[in-house]
Order: sequence, then structure tokens, then C-alpha cells
Amino acid sequence: MQQRVDTERIVLTLNGHEQTIDAEPFASLADTLREKLGLTGTKIGCEAGDCGACTVLLDGRQVCACLVPTCQADGCDVTTVEGAGPHGLTDKLRNAFLAHGAAQCGICTPGMLMAATDLLATQPAPSRADIEDALGGVLCRCTGYTKIIEAVADVAANRALKAPTAEAGHAVGSRIARVDGFPKVAGTDRFGADEAPADALWMRVIRSPHARAQFTFGDLDALKARVPGLVAVLTAKDVPGENSFGVFPHLKDQPVLAEGHVRFRGEAVAALIGTREAIETLSDRDVPITWERLPALETTEAAVDQHAPQLHDFAKGNILARGHLRTGDAPNAHAQSAATAEGNFETAFVEHAYIEPEAGYALPVGDGPERIEVVACTQAPYMDLEDTARALGFPPSRVRIRPTACGGGFGGKLDVSVQPLLAVAAWVTKRPVRIIYSRTESMASTTKRHPAKIWAKSSADAQGRLTSFEMIGDFNTGAYSSWGPTVANRVPVHGMGPYKVPNAWLRTRAIFTNTTPAGAFRGFGIPQAAIANETLMDDLAEKLGIDRWQIRRANALDHGDRTASGQVIKHSAGLPMCLDALKPDWDEGLARVAAFNATSQRVKRGLGIACMWYGCGNTSLSNPSTMRITLAQDGTLTFLNGAVDIGQGSSTVLLQIAADALGLPPQAFRMIVGDTDLTADAGKTSASRQTFVSGNASRLAGEDLRRKILALANAGPEARLSLESNRLTIIDGEASRTIDLATLAADANGIVLDGNGTWDPPTTTLDENGQGVPYATYGFAAQIAEVEVDTQLGTTRVVGIVAAHDVGRAVNPTLVEGQIHGGIAQGLGLALMEEFIPGRTENLHDYLIPTAGDIPPIKIHLVEDPELDGPYGAKGVGEPALIATAPAILAAIRHATGVRVDRVPVLPHRLWAALKAGEEAEA
Amino acid sequence: MASYFRPASLEEALVIRADADVMPIAGGTDVYPAKVSRAGWGDMSHKDVLDISAITSLRGLSQSDTHWRLGALVTWSEVARASLPASLRGLQQAAREVGGVQIQNRGTVAGNICTASPAGDGAPNLLALDAEIELASRTGTRRVAMRDFITGYRQTACRPDELVTAILIPKLPEQAEAIFLKLGARRYLVISIAMVSALAVCDGAGRILDVRLAVGACSATPQRLASLEQALIGEPIAGAGAKVGKQHLAHLSPIDDVRGSAAYRLDAALTLVRDALDGLAGSARRAA
Repeated sequence: MQQRVDTERIVLTLNGHEQTIDAEPFASLADTLREKLGLTGTKIGCEAGDCGACTVLLDGRQVCACLVPTCQADGCDVTTVEGAGPHGLTDKLRNAFLAHGAAQCGICTPGMLMAATDLLATQPAPSRADIEDALGGVLCRCTGYTKIIEAVADVAANRALKAPTAEAGHAVGSRIARVDGFPKVAGTDRFGADEAPADALWMRVIRSPHARAQFTFGDLDALKARVPGLVAVLTAKDVPGENSFGVFPHLKDQPVLAEGHVRFRGEAVAALIGTREAIETLSDRDVPITWERLPALETTEAAVDQHAPQLHDFAKGNILARGHLRTGDAPNAHAQSAATAEGNFETAFVEHAYIEPEAGYALPVGDGPERIEVVACTQAPYMDLEDTARALGFPPSRVRIRPTACGGGFGGKLDVSVQPLLAVAAWVTKRPVRIIYSRTESMASTTKRHPAKIWAKSSADAQGRLTSFEMIGDFNTGAYSSWGPTVANRVPVHGMGPYKVPNAWLRTRAIFTNTTPAGAFRGFGIPQAAIANETLMDDLAEKLGIDRWQIRRANALDHGDRTASGQVIKHSAGLPMCLDALKPDWDEGLARVAAFNATSQRVKRGLGIACMWYGCGNTSLSNPSTMRITLAQDGTLTFLNGAVDIGQGSSTVLLQIAADALGLPPQAFRMIVGDTDLTADAGKTSASRQTFVSGNASRLAGEDLRRKILALANAGPEARLSLESNRLTIIDGEASRTIDLATLAADANGIVLDGNGTWDPPTTTLDENGQGVPYATYGFAAQIAEVEVDTQLGTTRVVGIVAAHDVGRAVNPTLVEGQIHGGIAQGLGLALMEEFIPGRTENLHDYLIPTAGDIPPIKIHLVEDPELDGPYGAKGVGEPALIATAPAILAAIRHATGVRVDRVPVLPHRLWAALKAGEEAEA
Repeated sequence: MASYFRPASLEEALVIRADADVMPIAGGTDVYPAKVSRAGWGDMSHKDVLDISAITSLRGLSQSDTHWRLGALVTWSEVARASLPASLRGLQQAAREVGGVQIQNRGTVAGNICTASPAGDGAPNLLALDAEIELASRTGTRRVAMRDFITGYRQTACRPDELVTAILIPKLPEQAEAIFLKLGARRYLVISIAMVSALAVCDGAGRILDVRLAVGACSATPQRLASLEQALIGEPIAGAGAKVGKQHLAHLSPIDDVRGSAAYRLDAALTLVRDALDGLAGSARRAA
């Protein structure tokens, strides 16, 4: 008999080489690969077989390494992303992924590569369906799978697409491969869980199992004395500075560790620090905590009841924030109109479901320690710096944030999560401390998309021109402020859709409840509002007998039009162009759907269309970005870029812009990204602002350095530059001059020349009626969705999407397409399957996101109506990609079935119930 | 820390099983998620583990004159790839619908029924096939009919001292056809909202000689539709779907949960049963 209590000697063949390890037999193979062998290319996203990020080949077949007991790998062949794969297949796939832009954040990439390697090793000529089957067990939240499937199909067909290399001055507009892409496809990129000092302690957070409760601790010192390896149990009293964090300076209302009272299930109350074994074997029930449950406010209705308990002293009636926009006389204008439509709409909590759970470590530096460094995944290093310093009671100079690669964010990694906890832990223990959130912990404790309850009313004249729009929206902001005010403020500006409306009145509230904090999620409330306004658009079209494309075209904001906030859009208003681009697809689609339905009874097809707009940058707030490029004596050209790339591609796009502004090719640069000690504040990676705002700062930095170089050479503005080690050559027409950089005076860092750029989008504050210039520019789009509904089962399959997006200028078309594909996938999820329920769907098998088999073919029209204030005409696309998709799908379902959907997600049982109700009403 | 046993023989395994409260593990596709689910809310405990993967006698898919035998270690992928008669097509379809390929490559059919989730994709098929489960303990081996094996929500007839060693599927006439339909809210990695396994044996004229219908995810345990099966004997397979009525599903007791309402589940099951019979009629037509 073989009883194992400790470690076992295991011999396996790892990527072709025999390897002997002493491992705990029940430890998962994923854990052993990562923690024992340092092979962190195998990622862990859920530890439950739900995401496939840990996919490796075991004896040639794809398996989830998180579900394989290490001892079962004894005597087996294990292939990971670090290997070349059978016949070099993994290497071929790597190159294809890079060329196609199939890796965005890169966290699912190793799993995808291994699944594809398995497929192509066993099935050299797969169909698209075979590819989907093979990749179906790996979730991707960034790409919408489209480019991944294309890359695999290319390798199968022995095609080898190569991404171009941009010449000096021709980077903008070029499909160069992402500059941070190779480590992602090689499995060498370092995410939050991928590194920590060898002597780091581990931390595990104890979280409230109750939505609202009081609690007290028993004798924690006795616990510490009793449990070997338990070094500290952190509680609120251990936080040396302010025990609170939050996005807005006046709304830092969430404690790092709760002080005797919790407001949501999942709130942090204590943290165990010690050896990994100690914190992973000590159960919560062994920690002396006495809970007294209190009645919880689960809905916004309950929260605004006059007898409801006040969740925060500063928020009377549990109202966190209100938003307001008013122009003209909307109520009166409704009465004067030819047609009026109204309705109530409801959306759910939506989880970001990035495949990388929050993770990182903190490092004490110097005596005292003098400083604390936090190395973790994030979207906003400077905001992390502020809240971490606040928790420590340090000046900001004593904290350093070093972002790791970020395995997806979508708004969910804007708020701090692990950072203050890690910093306090390192401060208290004077040791490096690391943490990796479990999937459940990530889902239960971090922010969500706000659930919305929206009433809206829209009117038009007989020609279909909008006359009036009203909206009242309540947004469940959960237990803490986070980005609630932003949602409340953005929605009134955008809530009527991208249309000319002379009379508008929109009112929003962000309301506290005892649920998971709702924060930023791709679109800040606009995806919810768009479901309402686009449905009403179809109502009006139906009432007036006008085609649904036509009514949108007639109302689309155009150059020189005035928005409801009173802003005149002077340039880059490409919605009419987007709609015109879609017109042939619309007409063909309508004919195709009609032909299909003529012979199909049970399964019906439908076509829907929706538009959207989205202001780039923060609403009426300064949100500057600063970029710097340095040239050293040895010829090293460095782009110091504080904008973290969360997969969307800002590192590549900003480099393309900086390179063209300077006049050297992108490959001449090295990059330093997002280190608060080395780079300036570029602002958050949010609000679709990095291409537009940081893009301008990058352009200015490139131009500044170019100006200095040209002055040095006394050359004209058309001069061409080249850089060969430390020799910088300036060619101006016939004249040419070469500067030996080594001969120039250098600063202490060896820098001889630098270029700096700062840009802040021009906006104005909004008055009490929401009038002003809230954004410098807007992204516009229109999308068509085609669906197939099984009217017996209530199931919906999206069979096609056509998307037309005005991006001003596509700095890198491959990356823009990737954003659109990924946004559509998230919009599809929002429409059809995603619903976070605290305490119920806290994993990736009960909370569903689209898989490789759920995304239809996507056709894209890139419309480039240049934004004169944007770098080379560019503006943002990150959030615009998502917003139109859900309303287009809902419209298509309505077209197919006659069911006007007012609640998402449209789960099969909900659509079935609506279809039944329709049948009964007819009968 | 949990003890980990990995014996090489069934005899050793049964001694361990008899002596200790152990969690058997084969492919691990249910054991690890359950562990992670507990740890997600701070329950870090785990039973001792009995790993049966090294017991070679539990491997392999084989046949005798009367039965197909799936050893307890047979994975979904092995079922999917095997060359099997049409009567096992439903089980093979299920094998391609369980989780993703990673799960199919590791998860065992036996493990699926031992977990006994109401949404387990294996059980309705094995129920329709009148499978028997072979259980071994130190005191001997016994067989339990599939209909008696899953006794309730995540409960089975497997005693604490027993291990499932094989699934035995009686052979059927060669004209037997089977189909499995699974309803979920996305394409892959999806837990069933409802599912139906159907199997029919028809004569040369397309009349039903034998028919078995089983519905999953609509009760605590999967259920056969006995009254419908009886009503269809002797009927033509073509058009059999139209004979299915709500009364035939009256003994199901679906629940409301995040995946669907009870009323929806019941109606969807009705549709799926009709679809399954229509599908079998189509197969019969193609075979004729």
C-alpha cells in the first residue's frame, strides 16, 4: 500500500526532457509546474476546469493541469507552452497568434496554444467546427475568439501570415504585431501570480459570508500561537494609515479591512499571513469570529425605502450620487409628437470575468522599511499608489507600484484590490508577502457592472425625427462608492443615444445596497442605457411604419449637430458614414431573413440594428497624460510610457504614434511601461482614453524630441532620421549630418536628449442642467445582429454581426478589429447569458461567458472620420466596441419572434416565458 | 494535510476503502472543483484521497457476447473515439458534450455517475441503456441496475466500503438507434438545463419494438418515461414525437434555479423528447 502524506518522487518527460521532482501527490499539476518547476507559462484562472487557461498536453492530449493530481503525471509526457510542441507545432502557432493579433492580454494564450497544438497534432486538416470544438474548453475574454480561430486555421492550411514591419514615418495605420506580444505567446510574460520573492509569505483573506453583519474577533494571538507557520492575522487595527480607499477623493468609503461591520458578502475582515501550508490549511471556521447578521438591503427599491437602514452616514436615503441633464421641455414635447414609446428595462450585475484573478506581492525596501513596492496586476498604477500610500500613512514617494502584465481588466482592475492589503501585510511583517485571489474570491469581492432599472420615453414626429427623450435610471452601486458617480454622470449625457433630440430630460441615481460593489465596466452604464433607447427607437419605427435603419439614419448626429448637452460636434462624427456602410448588409440581411422564415416554422431568424456613441476620456474632468522619450549617449531610445496595457494594445498604439512623431521606426525604441518610479502619470487605462489622450501626449513627446534633434542639426521639418547604435543621422534633402551621441553632454542617467508631452482633453464643466462640453470627442458605431431563435426552446444563436465603427483613424487596424471582436463577445454575453448573483454565481460554470462556439462570423467596416484633436485623427474604441451589440441582438430577437425584450440576459427560460405569454395573448 | 493513497491493485484499494473515509479520485474533474468550491468560502479541509488511476484492471472498454463493459477508468474521450454500435450513439454524443475536450480527456463515465449530479450527462444515457453498475468491496462484487444506482440528489447506492469497478451495458439488436439531446445556454462548457436520451429498436416496417426514454436535469435523479415507452410499443417510429404529451412527463419534478425555471424545464423536456423521437425516426428512415 502506498500512503502518501508528504511528497513523492515523480519522474516525467517535460517538453521532451526527463525531469524528476519531489511533489505533493495531490497538488495539481498546474501548481507543481508553476511553484515547483517555475514554469509559469501554464496559467491558473479558476482551478475548476471552467476556463482552460491551465491547458497542457498529458501524453499528447489536452487536459486542465489544475485538475490533474501531480502523481498521475508520473511516467507521462507533459507538454507545456514553454515547449516547441510536436513537430514544432506550438512554435508555428505562436507566430500565427502574433501575426493575427490573436493574443490580447495573453492570459488565455498558453491554454489556447496547447489546445490548438493537440488539435493540429491529431487532425492536420480541421474544419472551423473542429477548431471550435478543440478550443471550446478555453475561455478568452478579450478577443472574441475570431483571430484565434483564424490563426489556428492558418497554421492548419500551412499559411504563414507575417505582420509587417513599419518603416520610419509609416507606423500609424500599420498592422504591426503588438510590441509586447512575443512574451505572451511564449508563455514568458509575467502576470500577477507569476513571480514573487522566494522568501515571500503567503496571504489569504477572510471574507464575510454575510451581506450585512456586525462581527467581533476572539483571541487571535492564541490562534497565532496555536497554528505553526501562521505569522500574523491582520485586522483593521493593523492598518497604519487611513483604513479606507475609493476612487474619488471625497468618497473613500471602503475599508481595507472591515471595522466590526460589513456591508456585502465577500468584504474583507481579516487576513492570514504565513507559510503557504499554514494559510491553506487553516479554515475560516477556525478563526475566532462572532457574527451577528443584520437584515440586508438587496435591491435598490429596498434601499430607497424611507425605513431602510442607512448604509453610509454621508449618503442620505442611500443615494450615492445623482445625474441630470435637461434641455428644452421634454414632457410637453412628448404631448406634441406624432408617436411616443416608453418602457421599463432591467439589467443584471455583470462580472468582468477576466481570466487572471487579482494577484501580486509587496516588497519592503530598506530599513523601517523605508518604502513599500507593490507588484500586481492593475489598470491604474497611480491610483493604486495613492490608495496604498493612504493605507500605509506614507507620502506617495514611499510607495512604488510596478504593474505586472494584466490578464484582462475591462474596468475591474481600476479599483485597488490586493494592493493595500499586500502593502499593509509587508509593513506589519517586514517581509515580502504575496497573494493570489481564488476565482470565487475575485468574483465575490471585486466590482461589477451596475444593475440598472431604467424607465425611458421617446417621441418622434411623423417623419421619424426625434422630438423628445426622457429617462429615469436607478443604478445599483452595491456597498461602496467605487465608480458609482461616474455611471450616474455618464448616463444622462449618452442616454438618448447618438441622435439629435431637441428636448431631453434624464435623471439617474446611484444607490447603495448590501451587494457587491458596482464600479467600472466597459461602458460605465451606457450599455445598460443603450438597451433602453435603442428599443424605443424600434418602437417608434414600428409605430410610424419607418424602416429601423432609416429612422436611425434620419436622427444620427452629424458634423455640426448639437448634442443634448449643448455641445456642437465639429468633426469626427462618423455615425452617418457607419450607417451608410451598413446599408447593403441591412438590405441583404432583411431579404435573407425573410427567405429563411418563409420556409421555417419553429426556428425563426431576425435582424436587428443598434447605434451607439461614447465620450472618450473622463466626464468634464481634467484627465491629463504625460509621456517621455529619452535618447541616451549610447543610442538607447526609450519610450517611458505610464499607460498600462491591459491587452487592448496601448503599448503598441502609443509607440506607433510616438515613432511617427519622432520619425524613427517602432523597432528603434525600448519601452518602460507603467512603473510609478520611472514613468509619469498617464492616467488610468479606462474611458477609452489611452489612444486619444495618451496618444496625444505620445505624439507631443515624439514631436518635442524631433524638434530638439532638428534644431541640433539645423535641419528642416521634412528631414529624415536614422539611428545606428550611437550615431544619429539627419538627412535633409541633399544634406546629411551624423551626430555621435557619445559626444553630447549627458545627464546623470546618460540621457542626451529627451522629448516630453502632456495633453489633457479640452472639456468644460456641466451646469446644473448637464449642459456643457463633457468630452473632447466621441466614438460612434452601428452594428447589425442576425439571430436564429428556436421558438419552442427559447434558445437564441447569433449567426452574424456586422459592425461599423468610426475610430477617427485606425492606428493599428489589427488591434482595432481585436477590440471590436472582443467588445462584441462581451455584448453578446450581456444580452444572452451573463448574470452575476451574489452568493450563487461566484464561479465560471454558473456564471457563463461566451465560448469559442458562441461567437458568429463578424464583419467589420472601419470608418475613419478624422478627429482633428486626436493623434493622427485617432480616437478610442475600447468601450464603443461593446455598447451596440446587446441592443442589436435584442432587436434581432424581436424581429424573429415579436418579443420585445426588456430584461437581460435573455436566458432561454425568459424568452420561452415571453413567447408563451405572447401565444396566450393571441389565443 | 490529506493522506494520498495510490494503490496498483483493486484489492489494495478495497482495503483502504474499507478502513478509511476516503474520497476516490480518477480523472479529478469533479474532485478538484468541489475542493475549490469549499475553499472559496474558507473551508480548507479535504478528505484523504484514494487514487484509483493506477489500477490497470479498471481500464479499458471491452465486450462480451452479452455486454459492453466500460472499466471505471474509461474516459469520455475513449467513449467518443471508440467504434461502437448505433445503440451507444447517445452515450457517444454525450461524451462530446461534457465540459470541453480537456474534461472529456480526463473525466470518467463512472465518475460522472458517482458524482450523481442531477445535471450529469452520463446518467440519462445509462438509464436508457438499462446499464448495470458493478461494485466491488472486500466482501465481494455486486451489480446494481442504473435505475437503482442514483438514489437521490448527489447520492448513490455505492456503499462507503465499495468502489465502482465497471459499467455494464447489455447489447441490443443491431438495428437499435440512440440519440442524446442536451440543452444549455452556451455552446461549450455548459451545465445542462435539460437533456434527453432516447433509444429505439424498430422492426423492418419501422414499428417500435422497444423504446427507452430518459430525461435528465428535471428531477433530483434522471427519470425514465415509462408510460410513454409503453404507449409507443407497436407504434410507427415516424410520427412518434407527435404522440408525446405532458402527461408522460408528469412524474418529473424540476426546480427553479439560475439556469431555468421549473415550468421551462418541463416544457423544454417535452420538446426535447419529441425532437429525440423525430431524430430517431430520421435515423430509421436513413437506414431503410
